[in-house]
Amino acid sequence: MLYDISRGLPIGLDETLKVGSCGSRADAPAARNEKGTGAMAGKGKSAKSGGGKVKKHPTPMLDELETGPWPSFITGLKRLRDAEDKQYAPMMNDLLGQLEHSYEEKLGFWKGGVVSVYGYGGGIIPRFSQVAEKFPESKEFHTLRVMPPAGNHYDTKVMRQLCDIWEEHGSGLIAFHGQTGNIMFQGATTENTQKAFDALNEIGFDLGGAGPCMRTGMSCVGAARCEMSNFDEQRALREIINEYLDEMHRPAMPYKFKFKFSGCPNDCVNAIMRADFAVIGTWRDDMKVNQDEVRKYVAKVGRKYAIDNVIANCPTRALSLNDDDTLEVDNESCVRCMHCLNVMPKALSPGDDKGVSILIGGKRALKVGDLMGTLIIPFMKLETDEDYEKLVEFAGEVMEFFADNALEHERIGETIDRIGLPAFLEAMEIDPDPNMVRHPRTSCYVRTDDFTEEAQKYFERKKAKQAAEAARGAAAQ
Amino acid sequence: MSQAATPRTPIESGVPDPFLYMHPTLKRNYGNWDWHERLRPGVLRHVSRTGESIWTVRAGTQRQMDVFTIRLLCDIADEFADGHFRFTTRSNIEYMVADEAKIEPLIEKLQKEGFPVGGTGNSVSMISHTQGWLHCDIPGTDASGVVKSLMDKLHHEFTHEEMPNRVRITTSCCQVNCGGQGDIAINVQYTKPPKINHDLVANMCERPAVVARCPVAAIRPAMVNGKPSLEVDEKKCICCGACYPPCPPMQINGDDSTKLAVWVGGKHSNARSKPTFHKLVVANLPNNPPRWPEVEEVVMKILYTYKENARDWERMGEWIERIGWPRFFELTGLAFTKHHLDTWTGARHLMNHSTHIHF
Repeated sequence: MLYDISRGLPIGLDETLKVGSCGSRADAPAARNEKGTGAMAGKGKSAKSGGGKVKKHPTPMLDELETGPWPSFITGLKRLRDAEDKQYAPMMNDLLGQLEHSYEEKLGFWKGGVVSVYGYGGGIIPRFSQVAEKFPESKEFHTLRVMPPAGNHYDTKVMRQLCDIWEEHGSGLIAFHGQTGNIMFQGATTENTQKAFDALNEIGFDLGGAGPCMRTGMSCVGAARCEMSNFDEQRALREIINEYLDEMHRPAMPYKFKFKFSGCPNDCVNAIMRADFAVIGTWRDDMKVNQDEVRKYVAKVGRKYAIDNVIANCPTRALSLNDDDTLEVDNESCVRCMHCLNVMPKALSPGDDKGVSILIGGKRALKVGDLMGTLIIPFMKLETDEDYEKLVEFAGEVMEFFADNALEHERIGETIDRIGLPAFLEAMEIDPDPNMVRHPRTSCYVRTDDFTEEAQKYFERKKAKQAAEAARGAAAQ
Repeated sequence: MSQAATPRTPIESGVPDPFLYMHPTLKRNYGNWDWHERLRPGVLRHVSRTGESIWTVRAGTQRQMDVFTIRLLCDIADEFADGHFRFTTRSNIEYMVADEAKIEPLIEKLQKEGFPVGGTGNSVSMISHTQGWLHCDIPGTDASGVVKSLMDKLHHEFTHEEMPNRVRITTSCCQVNCGGQGDIAINVQYTKPPKINHDLVANMCERPAVVARCPVAAIRPAMVNGKPSLEVDEKKCICCGACYPPCPPMQINGDDSTKLAVWVGGKHSNARSKPTFHKLVVANLPNNPPRWPEVEEVVMKILYTYKENARDWERMGEWIERIGWPRFFELTGLAFTKHHLDTWTGARHLMNHSTHIHF
């Protein structure tokens, strides 16, 4: 049997997954609703009253979400429902009807299936209603996951084009953005999915990832508007994702694989916990200190406040306030946590020798429990074209390792957990580094008969590194 | 399908080039920013090394937006922000303004149209959230509704910077937890094993894959009423719902089994302390649409206890680490139970192996 591992469902069963196939879900709530006082009780199967003008579903529970000061998504859905000259108005009426039904029954009524566009295997999230007999106009309500411009920059021209396309072929409902970073065009029929994609694709947009594949990447605003940026986040994102698009558009991996790019250790895109491959900007040399600005800051907030909130908050005790209100930094102890830079952005800045750290294996609970990424590359220079090529190549090697070695439905963090970090490092030809651990092992259950040879390798590497640094220093002079 | 008759080959263009859409001042100063300041909640000023300034006005949105709302946001951009904007990872819109004189009129316009200006610095930013009943195939609740309800109450905290440090709240509609880690996380926590429709399992589920999916090996193949199906060892089952996506007849959600739990102390940033996962505080709260008042009560209690008690720059988890968990439960008036003692792999590392005690 053909098997769609993205959905975990046998291919060809999408028909059975449509209306009312899942008796316990579709039938029981309907039965409950009949005797209830719900707005739909006794209203028959369709919202249409005799084939004429569309009758609007009452939505008393959803109406309550229109009060209050925060912008209401329900008001937006109603605007779409009430745009009676638009093709999507009947669909959005039934969508609101189904959503109200969910609020009454406290259950979701969507099922997946198999819908794709020509040439691609992923990128569409199929949704078929299980209560389509009540809400026929929204019986198909698929999402197109579309990759945004890196850093989520838009101009109004392209944004209006996106709206026009979705007005013509879709529901008029768009989310900026989904949790992985896609623009979520929610609500196309099976037939219109292709049309919407073609139109979006013609103006330069492409589908993102869904299913067991490389997923849409995400980068922070970074170099476009942030002085903490340590590399070209948007370039790194685009170079990696665009190099491996085949892995995104034709899902063939054991499970999902996500990339995220944060310009500094503040990690505004949550890369360490939410990405299989987290690229985080950092620097190796001394942070920059503008002592005049330090003095101004101390004068403004007071010495006690500066000591309590900047100096005392340094996690490695690398800071000291001098008697003249200038700052002393023990850069060798600094771990680039960012706190003091965040508090005094005018006085402190990252150094000049910038690059990235790479952490691999972040994910949430399923199935071994939450994992944060593990530091695999403490520092990689990211300035020249060659540096970026090296990063792209390394990303490819890690994905290849994942594709070859992970079990079905296993994330790379779990694979590393299963085989042990030394085996992963050996496969990637990366040498162990004390930065990779919080501290060395505490368990004695390990066979160490080649410890001496491994130590010898360490000393050889150290020697080679020192020689390279000396050569680089000589060349620089 | 009809589209198969005239197939159009996709242009595999990948991630669009942001420089096509970026505000010209950002483009001009790309990689050359020097410092920034916050002039008021919701307004940032970034200064480049060339001395040029760009002001950013940040506003909350509903994330799930209709095209009319999006076009309104476009009109605002055309009038005040040179026709450009961007979104943050928490679905706030950011208008970049090159002309300082336009900031106040832009803020007024946004507020008039109902978009709260704020979300910067030590505020409560927009709650990151997932799809829920609106579109997900396995939801326990509707994150959009939970978020709308909470943000109505947190409007003041979004539009002011009065918290000890930034507060990042997340919601998730099931234990997959697409919403991620948060200072406060509001996540569905199922409380009953799946209810199995044995008539459908053989046709809809690949049984070995479902067996393999279970984190505690509680699912095994079984013949039920003469049909190949699956059964769950309910003593082992942890009610996580992992079997539900690959096997919809193993229904995990339902009025009696879908509850909400509140977690605290998740932190993504490396600032001061290393990143941390969020920790359980309360479980078994009712899934009570359309406004989830019981959840709101707990969240507000935790948030305002933090606001009153934490020191400047302490994130939620860092504050609790200083005052200790006993004091946290005491101050919030919430209960500490056996369910707060972790039992998963690695749990032993989460216990207190010392005499460091908070009295």
